[in-house]
This record gives sequence, structure tokens and C-alpha cells, in this order.
Amino acid sequence: MPVEETSAERGPWSLALRRFLRNRLAVFFLGVFVLIVLFVLAAPLWAEHVAETGPNETHTVEQLTVDGEKRDVVTVEGKPIGPQWFGAGGKFFLGADSRLGRDEMVRLMYGGRTSLLIGISAALISTLLAVVLGLLAGFFGGRVDTVIARVLDTIWSLPVFLIGLAVGIALAVGGLKLGPLELSGGSLWIPIGIISIFTVPYIARPIRGQVLALSRKEFVEAAVAQGAGPLRLMFGEILPNLASTIIVFFTLMIANAMLFEAGLSFLGAAVQPPNSSWGTMINVGVELLRIQPLLAILPGAMIMLTVLSLNIIGDGLRDALDPRGKQKMDAALQFEAQGAEPGTVLP
Amino acid sequence: MTRFVVRRLVGMVAVLFAVSVIVFVVFMVLPKQNPAQSLAGKNATPLLVENIEEEWGFNESLPHQYLTMMEKVFTGGLVQYEPRIPVDDEIVKRIPATFSLTIGAAAIWLFFGLLLGYLSAVRAGGWLDRILTGVSIAGISIPVFLLAPVLIYVFANQLEIFPNGQYVPFSEDPWEWANHLILPWVTLAALSIGFYSRVLRTNMLDAMDEDYVRTARAKGLSERHVMTRHVLRNSLIPVVTLFGLDFGATIAGTAIITEAIYDLDGVGFYAALAVEKFELPQIMGVTLYGAFFVVLMNTLVDVFYAYLDPRVRLGEAASE
Repeated sequence: MPVEETSAERGPWSLALRRFLRNRLAVFFLGVFVLIVLFVLAAPLWAEHVAETGPNETHTVEQLTVDGEKRDVVTVEGKPIGPQWFGAGGKFFLGADSRLGRDEMVRLMYGGRTSLLIGISAALISTLLAVVLGLLAGFFGGRVDTVIARVLDTIWSLPVFLIGLAVGIALAVGGLKLGPLELSGGSLWIPIGIISIFTVPYIARPIRGQVLALSRKEFVEAAVAQGAGPLRLMFGEILPNLASTIIVFFTLMIANAMLFEAGLSFLGAAVQPPNSSWGTMINVGVELLRIQPLLAILPGAMIMLTVLSLNIIGDGLRDALDPRGKQKMDAALQFEAQGAEPGTVLP
Repeated sequence: MTRFVVRRLVGMVAVLFAVSVIVFVVFMVLPKQNPAQSLAGKNATPLLVENIEEEWGFNESLPHQYLTMMEKVFTGGLVQYEPRIPVDDEIVKRIPATFSLTIGAAAIWLFFGLLLGYLSAVRAGGWLDRILTGVSIAGISIPVFLLAPVLIYVFANQLEIFPNGQYVPFSEDPWEWANHLILPWVTLAALSIGFYSRVLRTNMLDAMDEDYVRTARAKGLSERHVMTRHVLRNSLIPVVTLFGLDFGATIAGTAIITEAIYDLDGVGFYAALAVEKFELPQIMGVTLYGAFFVVLMNTLVDVFYAYLDPRVRLGEAASE
């Protein structure tokens, strides 16, 4: 193992990077994920220069010239046109989405933006909340820990999808007014908020456990001896030691949040029409499964590909950042999944 | 044991209270729009809105409103307005379809999950193990909203082997009941088959290193006997726990999506329709009754589990 010889000269991060790069599967799926991100970022370019239409523009009575012959975008019976590839210069590359005659390719790109945006924002907020709560609970212990752990355990035992559905639809109908904060029913902040709050325990519980263990380590004792206050102990001493856990969970949480969003959007309780996300596109596509199966299957496949890449990248990161801690973390996760953590305060 | 049960019941009541408060806050307090307007539906007359305001006591204090809501929930007073239909009747009517879907799927996922996991563990490292590993990872990775359209398109629309969803009551025609449910069952079970077979395989491989397995072999027991009576039995405990939690989560999660895609007229389908039409009383009913049911069931599983395995209740007592 030549890498271990140089470990004195290289920092832990560059070692982790080298370990990650040696994991071919993870690197491959990192490439796939980058391609997906580029694909959705290119949405305005494709819309403007190739498709020449926006994601929500309808084309109900228009005709398309394909190889010199005229075709209806939507037939009289309401059947949307199928994939044209480059037959019409890239217009309706994947056909039209429904009887509204919107460009499926443009919607797929813009829908992906929404799905990824919600997934990443929700994962960010959820991770941030979880780190703060986990630090407070694990560091202070006692009554603070009891209260935080009880709240987390309660959220943990809720049927979150069902309640997320109810929250999503209630706020989509009535909007939101909380003090100075006002949101309309169609705001993306509603699904982002729902997903981030309901997923907090998934990260906060393992973080709390780790903080609990770290607080008893010698380096914390040394910092206390130097006169460090609780803030410096939490954020200066303990937090840096949580970095690898946070990075891994953040990656996995994006995948989780995207699945959550897709489920809610599919039922109509997250992203509201006419805006698209991959979940809402499946909802529209399922109606036309018999004549245009790709309309439902393509956005579904995009979700699966994104979630799969994120999960494999997350696993790869875990192996690279904490090679010996793999079993430890697996065991902790499995323990969490069984809800049988010893010492939890909830009955 | 009594202590354990009491603690679990207190926890359950706390969670149920949390559910009802979340629903109350989200439906009545947070929205910008007048909640009576939202409850009445899209095309409500001003008179109806006024009546609802009166009925739900929206002019009273918040605790009073909460109690009014809870009274309605427990006495069957939740109704769909225009036309006026009680929500609880509609839900009860659809429970058989939802249970047919979820219990059937659970039986399938337990059977195949355990079978594949067992075969994988016994043949660990061999070609069968590799194939089964591939199959289970594929099963875990495919979300229901991709698997369902693919299955419908291939097996119902193209090959026409199975009907395209819809529910036929068992009492009407048991054969058609099963025939209509096969695709939904497979959809709902696929993810768990993959997951359970992985969990069982890992547990069995761990158990094979245990001393009691060596002892069993030393006694001269046959390999099959060692595997089924010693390794498998001890590896099943975590699977049972997982199953208790997953079954509830499935009813309140993927089953809703599956019912919506296959037009299975169960409770989830009812909720999905209500979401599509923005009908809030129905959603409130499904959420509260559904959440109550799931939380109650999880508690029962916990208690049953503690009864079976003393380590659970003793472990908890020791950690106090």
C-alpha cells in the first residue's frame, strides 16, 4: 500500500480523495450525477435556441413541419405528438406532454431543475438543523438533551409521508402566514420546508450520538483546560470531527429528499401546476401510458438515476472518508433503523 | 412488563397528540386563506362558508377550535361538503381494498425476501449469490412511480397478461380479485424484497461466525439443520422488528402512490383524489385516522416484540 507510506506528508482530505478516486463505481456515478446537473442547467439554452418554447407554453393548435410534412402537435382527439428527435430541428425532441402540447424535453429539463433544487435545499436545511440540534443535545445533555431527543423521537414515529401530504395540500390551498412570513400556495418553500423538517431526525440522531462520544474525548478535555467556552467547544473542537459524517449524510439526504418530493408532487401536494418537477410529470404521463409510455417512464428513470448516483456517491464518500468507521456507521444506522437506540428518553 | 407497556402507551398518546396538533395548526392556523373557505371547497357559496365557520367555531379561541375538531374526528362529524357525505363512511368502505393490497404485498415480500436472503447467505460468494444481490439492489433502487408505469405498460397494455389495476372485491370473484391485484402487489413488494433479502443475508453471515453454530456443527447436526434451526432462527429477530415498522410505513406511504397509479379504490386512492380536487375535510380524515392506525399498530408490534424477546424490555430497564 504505497498510499499509507505517504500519509505523514498528505492531509486526511487528500488521502480521502485518493481513496474515493480508486473506487471506480463511485467515480462513474459521480460522472453521471455531474451530467444530470449539466443537463438541467442547460434548460434555458435548449429552450431558447433549440426548442424555441418555454416549459409552460402550450401549443394546442399548432403544426410542426417534420421532413417537409405538416403534423399536428396535438391531434383533434387530444393525442400529443410523439418524440421527433431532430426531425423538426430539435423542437418537440421528446414529443408533447399532454393535450396542452407543451414541449416534453423542455419540461424534463426545467422539471429536473425544480426536483434538484428542492432536493438540495431541503437536504441543506435539514442537515443544518440536525447538526445544531445534535450538537446542543449531545453537548449539553441533561434537560436540553431530553427535550430535543423527545421532539426528534416524536417526528421519527410519525407517518411522515402521510402527514407531509396533508401539510402540503393544506398549505397549497390556503397559502401560509406566519408572522412576517407569507407564502402563496404554489411556493417551492412549502415542499422544501416540509421535507427538511420531517427528515431532521434521520441525521440529528446519529450526530447526537457521535457528539456524545466525542465530548468525552481527551482533546475536548484539553480545550476545557485551556478555558474554552461551550461555543468554541461545540463549533471549534467537536464540529470539525463531524465533517465526514455530515458530508456523507448530506449526500444521502439529497436522494431521500428527492424521493420524498417526487412522491408528494406525483400526488399533487408539492410542486403545483403549471410548473413541472419530475414527480408532477409522471402524474401527467400516467394518464397517457397506453399511447405515449415514455411520458411517464422518462421522468421516473431520471429520478431513479439521480437517486441511485447520489446513494452510490454517498457510500463511496463514506468508505473514503472513514475507512475503518464503515462498520461502525453501518451498525449505528441499522440500530437507528430499528428504533432501538439504548438510552433514548422516549418510552 | 407492565412498566414497559405503560411507557409505550404514554409514548403513543404523545405521538397521537402531536399528529392532531400538527394537522390542526396546518389546516386552521397557518393558512392565509380563511380555513372555512378552504374546507368548503372551490365552488362554495358564501352561505356554506358562513355555516362552516359557525360549525367549526372559527370565531372562538384556538383551544376551543382544536377541541371542536377533535370532537368531529371522534364522532364521525367530518364531512365532505357539497354534496354532504360523511368522510368516515367513505374511508371504512375502502379499507378492504387497502388491506387486500398491503397484506397481500407484505406476504409476498416476506416470503420472497426471506427465501432470496436465505439462498444468498447459504451460497455466499457463489454465482447464485451474485445474481440475487444484483436482483435485490435493482429492487431497492426502482421507485414505485417508475416500476408501476413500466409494469402496466409491459404486462397490461402490451402483453395483456394482467388487467390494468382496478379493484374487484374478494366476495364478488376471488379469482379476479387476485388477478387485478398481482401487478400492484409486485410493485409494492419489490423494494422490500430487495431490502429484506439483504438484511437477512447480512444477519445470517454474522450468525454463522457465532460459537453456538460451531457447537451445533460439532454435535454432528446436518448442515441444513444448522442453517434452518440455528442460523436462520436467530437472524429473523431484526427482520421481525423491521417488518412491524415497515408495514405501517407502507400503508401510509407507497401504498397511497400504488393505489393512485393502479386506480385501486382504497383509502389511498380516496386521499389521492381528494388531493387532486383540493378537498380538505377528506384529507384531514384520511391523515388523522391513517396516522392513528399506524401509530397504534407500531405500538402493538413493540409490545408484542418485547413479550417475545425479554432482552428488549430488560435492556430498556437497565438503561434507565
